[in-house]
Amino acid sequence: MIASGSRPRLRRGVRLGYDKVRDRHVMMFPEGVLVLNETAADIVARCDGAATVTEITDALAAAYLGVRYTEVVDVLTRLADRRMIEVADDAG
Amino acid sequence: MPAEVAPPIGMLAELTHRCPLHCPYCSNPLELVRRTDELTTDDWRSVLTQARDLGVLQVHLSGGEPLARNDLPAIAGHAARLGCYVNLVTSGLGLTEQRMATFADRGVSHVQLSVQAADSVLADRIAGTRAHQHKLAAAAVIRNAGLPLTVNAVLHRANHDQLAGLIELAERLGADRLELANTQYYGWGLVNRAALMPTTVQLAAAVPVVRAARARLAGRMEIVYVVADYHEEYPKPCMHGWGARQLTVAPNGDVLPCPAASVIPTLRMDNVTRRPLADIWYRSESFMAFRGTDWMREPCRSCPRRDTDHGGCRCQAYLLTGDAANTDPVCSLSPEHGVVAAILAGGSASVEFTMRGPA
Repeated sequence: MIASGSRPRLRRGVRLGYDKVRDRHVMMFPEGVLVLNETAADIVARCDGAATVTEITDALAAAYLGVRYTEVVDVLTRLADRRMIEVADDAG
Repeated sequence: MPAEVAPPIGMLAELTHRCPLHCPYCSNPLELVRRTDELTTDDWRSVLTQARDLGVLQVHLSGGEPLARNDLPAIAGHAARLGCYVNLVTSGLGLTEQRMATFADRGVSHVQLSVQAADSVLADRIAGTRAHQHKLAAAAVIRNAGLPLTVNAVLHRANHDQLAGLIELAERLGADRLELANTQYYGWGLVNRAALMPTTVQLAAAVPVVRAARARLAGRMEIVYVVADYHEEYPKPCMHGWGARQLTVAPNGDVLPCPAASVIPTLRMDNVTRRPLADIWYRSESFMAFRGTDWMREPCRSCPRRDTDHGGCRCQAYLLTGDAANTDPVCSLSPEHGVVAAILAGGSASVEFTMRGPA
């Protein structure tokens, strides 16, 4: 469950990379590869296990117009469902 | 042909067919490539460079036993330097602490370790050699090197009753993931199908065991459990479509759309030492043969599932019906589904294994 105070990070064995062939960021993991869109790549790049979802949203909002908290949670939830990220929960 | 062919994502690099194990479910072809016909280190470097340029991001270093090649660190290192996710698929035999440290240093991302059973007596019988204790040691070496570990157990009639024990073993070995995959009937696995086919009682007993373990281990160890497609209503979406995402390079450099594709005698395989990999992927006869949906016959051609399961497995269609362009007979809609039904009905006699031969 992704909450505002969750601190997402890549799971063990998952790597974020850039593919020059597709000109896209990718997440690579034991069973496969996920080609990311720009928004997802920006979110994942900030999943360092230290920043909270709120902080990630604020950082993206400062860089781009129109990035909403629900959008960030939505992307992170889908990645968590596919076991690519995990969260260290923090009530604060 | 489809209007647009996407670049491949993954490559299975079968570095060698040599293997210290003799597992009767091995999916390697019956005609194994000999050592003298294997690609050289430089050949593999070239293959990997070409693969990355083509779009491959994930490289599975497999075999046979890839550790049988002394140049494995050079090959793994080259793939990692290119930016690929490098998955080492191994039996663990010969994986010393020192070799593991080298692989970690060269950038191997993940290790998949096979186990044959939950206890060493049965495991060694299935492997055809004393392997089990080496695997326990190998798992520790992998974990100590800090690499993520997937334990893979191929399930069949002789070990299906040890499902709970296999899950406990993987847990004890510190696996991040456990793959419990029923035998797929290709190569040596097909030869041994009568001995390997699990009973319906075994399959039914497995369901609650897997469910309980998943609940207990949620967040700690992922459990992937795959039933053999013979028992399913629809076929597996083989390779996510022919020539769609994956390619296999055999030890001798033959490039295959699917690891089992060499069984289809009408397919002429190109070799990477004689034709550029990109040309093989985009234009070769073998990769074009079953791409997209134009090759399909009924019932696939007009089926709403044609883009979901891609007609199933071409190799299985050939092996069970004699024609690779037929619907995979595993499909309940196939006019030849009776072949599979008959195999399932007659598959519980006790039969000895034919052990996999040496390369």
